[in-house]
Amino acid sequence: MRSTPWICILVIVTMVFMAVFAPLLTPYSPIDQTLRDKLLPPFWLEGGSMKYLLGTDAFGRDILSRLLYGARVSLIVATLALTAGGGVGLVIGIVAGYLGGTVESILMRLVDAAFTFPAILFALLLAVTMGQGLGTLVIAISLLLWASFARVIRGEVLALKQRDFVALAKVRGCSEPRIMLTHILPNVLSTFMVLVTLNIGVVVIAEASLSFLGAGIPPPTPSWGLMVSEGRGRIADAWWVSLIPGLAITALVLSVNVFGDWLRDRLDPRLRQL
Amino acid sequence: MSSENVLEIRDLATYFFLRRGVVKAVDGVSLSLRRGEILGLVGESGCGKSVTALSIMRLLPRSTARTVRGEVCLGGENILARSQREMREIRGRRISMILQDPQTSLNPVFSVGEQLREAIFKRTRQRKAEIMKEAVGLLRRVEIAAPDQRIGQFPHQLSGGMKQRVVGAISISGQPEVLIADEPTTALDATIQLQYLKLLKRLQSETDMAILFITHDFGVVARMCNRVAVMYAGRIVECGPVAQILERPSHPYTQALIASVPKLADATGKLTTIDGQPPSLMNLPPGCRFAPRCAHADPRCRSIYPSTFTAGVDHTADCWRLEGQ
Repeated sequence: MRSTPWICILVIVTMVFMAVFAPLLTPYSPIDQTLRDKLLPPFWLEGGSMKYLLGTDAFGRDILSRLLYGARVSLIVATLALTAGGGVGLVIGIVAGYLGGTVESILMRLVDAAFTFPAILFALLLAVTMGQGLGTLVIAISLLLWASFARVIRGEVLALKQRDFVALAKVRGCSEPRIMLTHILPNVLSTFMVLVTLNIGVVVIAEASLSFLGAGIPPPTPSWGLMVSEGRGRIADAWWVSLIPGLAITALVLSVNVFGDWLRDRLDPRLRQL
Repeated sequence: MSSENVLEIRDLATYFFLRRGVVKAVDGVSLSLRRGEILGLVGESGCGKSVTALSIMRLLPRSTARTVRGEVCLGGENILARSQREMREIRGRRISMILQDPQTSLNPVFSVGEQLREAIFKRTRQRKAEIMKEAVGLLRRVEIAAPDQRIGQFPHQLSGGMKQRVVGAISISGQPEVLIADEPTTALDATIQLQYLKLLKRLQSETDMAILFITHDFGVVARMCNRVAVMYAGRIVECGPVAQILERPSHPYTQALIASVPKLADATGKLTTIDGQPPSLMNLPPGCRFAPRCAHADPRCRSIYPSTFTAGVDHTADCWRLEGQ
C-alpha cells in the first residue's frame, strides 16, 4: 500500500485554514483599490516590496489578500456543489441500481442525457437567465456532477444487491426503502467519499473556468478563476497577476486528486481486510 | 410425530420469462411440511430446489420470474395471495430462511449485534438493553462462545462457521414455524458441517419448528431428515420416509442418484454416474422428464408424464412402473 501523502494533506489543510481565517490573516482588504500601487511585482522581483508580498493587480489590490479570500469562494462552491450534486447522484444511483426495471431505465437515460449537455454552455445559459452569483454557480456545477455520481453508485449497488445479506434482510421482513437506507447506503458510503474527494478538483476547475468566462462569481469578489481572467490582458508585463492564482488552483487540485487516490486505496475493502 | 401440515405446497409452478424463452424452473411441485419435522429436498444443481424455496418466500426478482400457478399454504392460508406488505410480516416471523453462503449473508458494515438487533427490533419494538440481552441469548443458543464479545465484532472478524451460526441466530430470532435451509453447510468445511447440522437439529427439536432442508448430499439427508423429497427438472419425482427411500428407492432417478453416492467400502476407483444430461428447462420432454436417461423407459414414459403412485407407507413416486403394484 502506498504511503500517506503528507504533503498533499498539508496543502489541503493549509488552504482550508486560509479560507476559514482569511479576514484575520489578510493584511489588506481584497477589494479596496490603491491605484498608486498598481501592478507591483512580488517582493523577490525588482521593484517589489515587502508591503505586498505577492504583488498587486491592475487596480492596486493585494494579490495575497485576494488569494486568501478566493480560497473561500472555491471551497464554499466545492462544498455546496458536491453536497447537492453528489447527494442527488447518490440517491438516484441507489434507487436506480436497487429497484431496477423501468425506474432504472428512466433514471439512467436521464443520466445519459445529462452527459450529452455541454456543461460550460449550459452554465453560461444559466448565468444569463438567472444572473451571476454563487447560487447560479453551485447549480451549474451540481448539474455537471450528479450524473457521474449516479453512474458509479448504481454500478456498485448492482453488485451489492446480489449479495445474500440483502436477501436475508428481506427474509427478516425489511421493506425496500429500509433495505436501501440501512443495508445498501452504508456499503456505498466509502465509494461516495472517494468520489467526493476525486471531484473536488473538478469543481475547483469548473468554478475557475466559469469565473474566468464571466459566468461565475461577479467581480469584485475575488475568486481564483476570476483572478486568472483579470490578469490575462497583461500576461506579458505583469504575469504574476494570473500565474499566482493559477498555481494555487494547480496545487489544490493536484493535492486533492492524490489524496483521493490514496483514500480510494485505503477504503477498498479488498485491501482493507489484509 | 403429529401429521399436521404447517406448510403445504400444491402444484407450484414458477417460470422465468427471458428473451430467449420461458424457463420452467419449477413446474408442478406439491409438497407438505409437517409440524416439527425435517424434510429434505434433494436433487442435482439446477433442478429447481432453490427456486422452490424462493417461490415460497416470494423473493424472486419480479422482473423475470413469476409464479404462474399453485398455492403455498402456511397454516391453512395461501400466502401467494397476500400483498407484499403482508408478506413482510410473514417473513422472519412465520417463515425464515438460511442461505448457502455465510460470507455474503451478513452486511459487512454492521456488527453482529446490530444485525441481530434489527431482526429483534422489527418484531418486538423493545428497548435497547432488552434487545441486547435477547441478542446475547440468541448467540448462546447457536453455541457461539463468548457471545458478549462476539456481539460487538464485525462479520470479517468471524470464521465462516461462526458467520453461519449468526445467520442461524437471526433466522430463528422470530421463532418461525417454518425454516427453509438452502444448502446451509455447502460453504463450510466438513468438520464444521457436522457441528452445524447437529446445531440445526437441536434447535429444531427445542422449538418444534419445521425445516425444509435443501441439499444435494444424501449423507446429510440420512443424518438430518425424517422425510425426503427428490426433485428432478422442476418436479418432485419421489417423496417418502428417509429410511424407506434409501433402502428401497422406487423412482429410477432416485435409484441412480443413490447409486452414484461414492462409498468408501467398495473403493474400485470408479464413480457411478448417470448417463446423459438433465433436460433443458426451456424445452422439456412431453413425458417423464427422466425418460431420456432412464434404462426402463418405454414409449408411454416418453409421451405422458406419469401419475403419482403409492410406493409404500407414506411413500409416493411418479413412475409408470409402479402402476398396478
